[in-house]
Amino acid sequence: MIRARGLEKRYGRRRVLRGISFELPAGGFLVVSGANGSGKTTLLRILAGLVAPTRGTVDIEAGRGRIGLLAHEPLVYRELSALENLDLYGRLYRVSERRERIGMLLERFGLWEARNERVAAYSRGMAQRLALCRTLLHDPDLLVLDEPFSALDEAGVALVDRELAELAGLRTVVASTHEPDRLAALATAELALT
Amino acid sequence: MAPEDADQGISQRIFYIHVPIALTAYFCFGLGAWKALRLLWLGEERYDLESYVAIHQGTIFGALTLLTGSIWAKASWSVWWTWSSRQLVLFLFYCAYFMLRFSIEEGPRRARSCAVYALFGVVLIPISFLAIRLASDFVHPVVFNLDGPQMSGTMFVTFCVSWAAVTSLAYVLYRIELLGKRIDVGLRELREALQ
Amino acid sequence: MSYAADVAALARKDLKVELRTRDTLPAMLLFVLATLVVFHFALPTNAADDAAYGLLWVAIVFTALVGLTRAWVPEHEHGVLDGLVLAPCDRSAIWLGKTLATLAFLAAAQVVALPAFALFFAPLGAPAIAGVLLADVGICAVGSLLAAMAAATRSREVLLPLLLLPLAIPLVVGGVGSAVSSEPSRYLLFLGLYDAVFAVLSWASFEYVVTE
Repeated sequence: MIRARGLEKRYGRRRVLRGISFELPAGGFLVVSGANGSGKTTLLRILAGLVAPTRGTVDIEAGRGRIGLLAHEPLVYRELSALENLDLYGRLYRVSERRERIGMLLERFGLWEARNERVAAYSRGMAQRLALCRTLLHDPDLLVLDEPFSALDEAGVALVDRELAELAGLRTVVASTHEPDRLAALATAELALT
Repeated sequence: MAPEDADQGISQRIFYIHVPIALTAYFCFGLGAWKALRLLWLGEERYDLESYVAIHQGTIFGALTLLTGSIWAKASWSVWWTWSSRQLVLFLFYCAYFMLRFSIEEGPRRARSCAVYALFGVVLIPISFLAIRLASDFVHPVVFNLDGPQMSGTMFVTFCVSWAAVTSLAYVLYRIELLGKRIDVGLRELREALQ
Repeated sequence: MSYAADVAALARKDLKVELRTRDTLPAMLLFVLATLVVFHFALPTNAADDAAYGLLWVAIVFTALVGLTRAWVPEHEHGVLDGLVLAPCDRSAIWLGKTLATLAFLAAAQVVALPAFALFFAPLGAPAIAGVLLADVGICAVGSLLAAMAAATRSREVLLPLLLLPLAIPLVVGGVGSAVSSEPSRYLLFLGLYDAVFAVLSWASFEYVVTE
């Protein structure tokens, strides 16, 4: 469950967010839409706990380490392989039986064959799939997804659709997108930023 | 009127200015670090400005110390510069503090980084003193030692009076700068609210 | 015990990345050797050994800076630091892992540089080498924290030396002292004190540098 009140964020003199308030019950699915530069990413980073709002408060039920963040960048080491990256994250995020879980996720997202290749050699779409594996690795209570469909081909989009449909209702999800129609079926709440 | 020092004559009188200014500079750095600690501990934004202003004052008084120390060195040992100056390392350090401050955008990240650096500074003060002592550079006259101050009564009174004067000057400057900076922030918010 | 395991995993990851990219260590090695060559031509032929020890310390500090400037580059690419900060592990483990990795690179560079120095300039006794090791710990502990701080600024490559050098001056005093003094033990003691104080301070404050 998330409760945000009067969120405002400014960088120096530039204000990127103003007066954002909403409530999302546990298991809710919030779709955040808006044009480029409307503050979607900033809002999501505040919800993930990476950025402190200049004003306002946000209460989040999920504790530290129970949040899965899918950001613009994949948040993995370029010079390590998919397996090495996920193994490190699995250890730091205290994932039990991480070998099995990592294998299962790599299989599901079609990266098993490429598991020992360096991420630097991946295409954008493969890096995005790996980022999804990393996000789901510790089975988070709250998923914060910034443009989950970006850079994915049709098969990848179908994968994410399936994954989100499975999680909807069981986990709290906040997803940003510039095409809200795609997530309309799953959404329980919407927030349009201007 | 304090008597002249038997060894150093008239030039010793700069002691009444130099040492109080130096002590005030350390006091300001200490205050800045204390406010920085409060910021990290309590997370209250206002301590950032207070810490910054205190360090700003400390740096001004630190620069003055370098100047008066150099005049004293010229008068006593007829050289403008002795490398024994304990303030030099700290002066460099706090110049870097301002560089750090000006190269991060305003916000909690800048406040926290600057606070951490200010804490490093206050730890560096005794460490750098120790280092300079170790470099066995004893050109600086040691007036205070473990047996207490080696000054006659009137000299000590004069010293205390000028110390009190410099400290109050620093405090007044600190309040004025803080007030000015707060008015700045207030005006900016007002302007934005009106837009 | 999971703290030690986290630190080991993070440090091992840095070594693995370095083995693949070879970005940092060769640069540090070449830098320190080139600096020694420059010093050879910069020093007058009849200069005393003491002057050479001073130059050795200049070389060590700047070699460490070469390594530290690159220290957080792997985390900066692809924004990995965000992922690490969100993990439920103790954040100071991230600092300690990086400090150990940087220390390993610096020590590796010195394994080549110190014999070269002893061969071409002046002999190095056991106290001098102990001084180098103690100063390495201090410079890596403080440096990896300041490098993380500088990485979040606009002018990171320029800022790091400015932030680090004033803090490195006591280390240089201690290091040169342990090489030239007739009683090096008090300089070594001083270096140990520096390491302890600043390592604790960096360990405790890292969390504040990487979070908002």
